[in-house]
Amino acid sequence: MIAILEYGIGNVSSIKNMLKKIGANAVITNNIDDIKAASKLILPGVGRFDYCMSQLRSSAFFNVLERMVLELKTPILGVCAGSQMLFEKSEEGSGTGLGWIKGEVVKFKTDKLPTNYKIPHMGWTDIDPAQNNFLYAGIESPRFYFTHSYHILCEDITQVTATAEYGYNITASVQKDNIIGVQFHPEKSHQFGMKLYKNFVNL
Amino acid sequence: MRRIRTIPVLLIHKNGLYKSVQFKNYQYIGDPINAVKIFNDKGVDELVIIDIDASRNNKAPDIKKIADIASEAFMPISYGGGITTIDQAHDLFYNGIEKLIVNSSALRNPTIISDIADKFGSQAIVASIDVKKNIWGKYKVYADNGSKSTGLDPVEFAQQCEKIGAGEILLNSIDRDGTYKGYDIDILSSVTSSVSIPVIACGGAGSIDDFTKAVKQGNASAVAAGSFFVFQRPHNAVLISYPQNFKI
Repeated sequence: MIAILEYGIGNVSSIKNMLKKIGANAVITNNIDDIKAASKLILPGVGRFDYCMSQLRSSAFFNVLERMVLELKTPILGVCAGSQMLFEKSEEGSGTGLGWIKGEVVKFKTDKLPTNYKIPHMGWTDIDPAQNNFLYAGIESPRFYFTHSYHILCEDITQVTATAEYGYNITASVQKDNIIGVQFHPEKSHQFGMKLYKNFVNL
Repeated sequence: MRRIRTIPVLLIHKNGLYKSVQFKNYQYIGDPINAVKIFNDKGVDELVIIDIDASRNNKAPDIKKIADIASEAFMPISYGGGITTIDQAHDLFYNGIEKLIVNSSALRNPTIISDIADKFGSQAIVASIDVKKNIWGKYKVYADNGSKSTGLDPVEFAQQCEKIGAGEILLNSIDRDGTYKGYDIDILSSVTSSVSIPVIACGGAGSIDDFTKAVKQGNASAVAAGSFFVFQRPHNAVLISYPQNFKI
């Protein structure tokens, strides 16, 4: 069973709808027993970094979540702001992130963007996956829906599993062992996202 | 080459899907859930759904119906109509809406934009601005589905929306709506050059060429249309169509 973490934030139903479409068994939950029983976790996120972090930290399952991810190595997929929260900090706020992956989240450098590249970066963008990354297996010409004003700067570039071009090169997804993050919204990316979730579910 | 979002705008009126000409003369298109399914099957980039009755009737968003529509839609959906509270915003995001569109409610109470942006981020809030030329040829912002002039200047209003947290502007030309005469490039360029957030052009698209012009001449970040996607000309028979892979 896959637990979509409910902490008062995020597009949880979109993710559930897509998992249902691909026949995966998933629940939207903040229940500690459900989360403990889950084989995989999804951390959604929409909104400001500090607000998302404070909501997550104050949820009753937070300690269980840390233990499952860091000790039991349960696979977790962070989506959009959920991927940014995996890092140590963000220019969007003053608080700290989960710090499970080394690096930070920074605002798009508007002075480095060509004219007409407006922020937020909003829309469909082709991505360039690292070779043989399981998440993108079988996806031809992968493209996904992005909507963000901040992007990830991963300290260890070998943990970057895909990049995208929006004025300049940005990190589209990351993976450190069992911890995976995607900057885009696979649950809103038609067949591309469907295949990505299938790959995650079948991991 | 950049992929440019091409976005069908679907208007909900009396529980059905309708399309207007110059914000009047509403023609019935069909059932909203079916239409969204068809657009989903065609791999549409994004959808805009607006309940045009909600604000006028002081009605809150119909969350259950919107959740039904979103449940089979695997693309981003922006929803507008009757959004006045943070609780409604939360419920809409929870149920599968990516972005909220405010128009009349932002004119009545602009802090709704900053309230939503503070909690859910700027990328989640779209300011929709309906513009029309008055009899002296000046562009003005109209409220309540194009029925009332506010006297506001669209460029200044767009800048104000950006300043208080809007992440995107949906700029609708009332004069061009449903006419297939092409986008109003003048007002589009004025707005795109005065804000740093994306602007979606809407109103008047009759061809792919109009999309290209909106991007190249009007600097739109995305293009939206109604009639273009739901009618077949010359007789405006209902036929849903969608061009694939629009790039510039």
